[in-house]
Amino acid sequence: MQMFRQIFLCFGLLVMATLTVSSTAHATGQTLELVQKRGHLKCGVSQGLPGFSTPDDRGSWTGIDVDFCKAMAAAIFNDASKVKFTPLSAKERFTAIQSGEVDIIARNTTWSMHRDTALGVDFPVINYYDGQGFMVRRDLGIKSALELDGATLCTNQGTTTELNAADYFRSNAMQYEIVAFEKADESVAAYNSGRCDAYTTDHSALYAQKLKLTDPKAHIVLPEVISKEPLGPLVRQGDSAWNDLVRWTHYASLTAEELGVTSKNLKKMSRSSNPAIRRLFGLDGSFGANLGLSKQWAVQIIGSVGNYGEIFERNLGVKTPLGIKRGANALWTQGGLQYAPPIR
Amino acid sequence: MRSWLNRDALLQAIVLLAVVAGMVWLVGNVQSNLERQNINSGFGFLSERAGFGINQTLIDYTEDDSFGRVVVVGLLNTLLVSVLGIFFATLLGFSLGVARLSRNWLISKIAMVYIEIFRNVPLLLQIMFWYFGVLRNLPSPRQALSIGEAMFVSNRGVVVPWLEAGAGAVWYGVAFAGVLAGGFWLRRRALKMKLNTGQASRVWRPLALLTLALFAVAALLAGVPFTLDVPYLKGFNFRGGLTVIPEFVALLLALSLYTAAFIAEIVRAGINAVDKGQREASAALGLPESLALRLVVIPQALRVIIPPLTSQYLNLTKNSSLAVAIAYPDIVSVLAGTTLSQVGQAVEIIFVTMMIYLSLSLLTSWAMNRYNQRMALVGNAS
Repeated sequence: MQMFRQIFLCFGLLVMATLTVSSTAHATGQTLELVQKRGHLKCGVSQGLPGFSTPDDRGSWTGIDVDFCKAMAAAIFNDASKVKFTPLSAKERFTAIQSGEVDIIARNTTWSMHRDTALGVDFPVINYYDGQGFMVRRDLGIKSALELDGATLCTNQGTTTELNAADYFRSNAMQYEIVAFEKADESVAAYNSGRCDAYTTDHSALYAQKLKLTDPKAHIVLPEVISKEPLGPLVRQGDSAWNDLVRWTHYASLTAEELGVTSKNLKKMSRSSNPAIRRLFGLDGSFGANLGLSKQWAVQIIGSVGNYGEIFERNLGVKTPLGIKRGANALWTQGGLQYAPPIR
Repeated sequence: MRSWLNRDALLQAIVLLAVVAGMVWLVGNVQSNLERQNINSGFGFLSERAGFGINQTLIDYTEDDSFGRVVVVGLLNTLLVSVLGIFFATLLGFSLGVARLSRNWLISKIAMVYIEIFRNVPLLLQIMFWYFGVLRNLPSPRQALSIGEAMFVSNRGVVVPWLEAGAGAVWYGVAFAGVLAGGFWLRRRALKMKLNTGQASRVWRPLALLTLALFAVAALLAGVPFTLDVPYLKGFNFRGGLTVIPEFVALLLALSLYTAAFIAEIVRAGINAVDKGQREASAALGLPESLALRLVVIPQALRVIIPPLTSQYLNLTKNSSLAVAIAYPDIVSVLAGTTLSQVGQAVEIIFVTMMIYLSLSLLTSWAMNRYNQRMALVGNAS
């Protein structure tokens, strides 16, 4: 049961906190060394959110967050398959990273100040800009979230959504009733059976969960975005080398997209004389070595999972069942927010 | 002899000291390590603003209240479902246990089938079954089943009219307590009289008079401080009245039905443990079977029944934590669920949750042990 898992994790944290009196490996930072010695990366993901992290029909994990961990593995081991995925519920995730059960969490997690400063974790980078919204039945005839006065909301427990919904309804002087489930599957099932008028969570997840409903066409996502939900991977606080590695894994895939480098044209691009491309490919400079990786680290990432654009389109884009437009997640050169500092 | 005793005491003291020292070391270690990892610790969060809504609160609660109040709200919700669950499970369990031993073939087989089904299906599945099974088949609020335009059944729950208590309502509470105390006293007096003189005394008529008198006084003092709050449909849902949420109904149903099956078996075992001669003797005295069961068999069976019954009560209370699966806001859901993820202090919060369950269980055990002592066979005083 979830409860047992929770207690188990908590107990693990206790034991860890008790026993690591002298060995301060977790805090002062040799995560990369630990991972290399172990031979695989331990990555915490969701319990199944299409587009972000979900097991496919053959049991292998797919999604943008899954690809993030695969990119990390590709950079470290030159083998994207050297990842062990651990599905975590929303409320388990922070304990799992604190206790060292996983090396990184890529679980559509909102970067908030409280989480960053009070939980002993760090958010190195944002890999998806999201915001909370509402899904309702089409036949209710509602066009705006401001018409939801008196509505019953289904949502997932242990997320920022409960708080955002409370704030939104209060600031618009509307009444609401909230039904918070431990797992997303159950809250969607309850919404599907009519327990709630609206299902509320991040916009991307609304599109993903909509696919699980009996008749997806009978539901619409309302246009309002009621919160900022910058989603990104998180790591234990105190290991800035590991922090850097996570951050630059994302920036490498962004830079590749910016420079037009894809998984398909790697060979051609490796002969380019563009200095920016040469630096990305490790032909000039010692960027890989500074991260504790090989010269080819960025090539390994792009070769196995592709650049950010490819990852996005494969998992979430308009050609997938989710059909999400790039929007805020377009490159800064195309009016979006995805912006990588220069590799130089 | 004396020196031996001293050595024992010394050894025990040393062990105790070692255990306490170990605990102190553990707590200190956890604290310093959490600090080193920059994880907040301590119980300061209990006074911070909670900021999230809860859909069933027995006391006033808004988002502005503190996490400390969330604990109370969750605890009361757990208590509500546990106490009612224990009540219904006991009622149904005793009936089933007796039915299981009935000489009527059909009744005993129905009881058997019930027990075997409910005892052997995991509780979580039963909770899910009642929740999703029943929820699916209920209409939306706009098509709600209405009973006399005052009570409505829909997939938002059962909405019933409710008495809104005003300022003077406390006098009615006092009157009610007075009636309870009076009834208790009258019953004791009647029992004593019967034991001493063999005479029956009146209980019901004086009690009725007392009730009338006390409530008349309350009405004189406070007038009628109640207003009837009838639910009505507005927008998405019903406003006003009292809403019994479907999560509560499903959980209560599942817990009662499941535990009743175990209680039935305990009751059956208890009754079987009473010597056959007791029944034969009461038959020889001319007691009808129902009276023999009530006055002779069950009181003796209770001695066997109460200890395992206590564990069932404890189980039911602890099983109520499965509420988290269907979003019933019990203590695990609101404290070890939402609060934990808002605050992130797993060690403290899980500790508080465990302490709450421990206290509930110890309290239940204590009460049941007291009851058991009263029921125990009293040795011959003479």
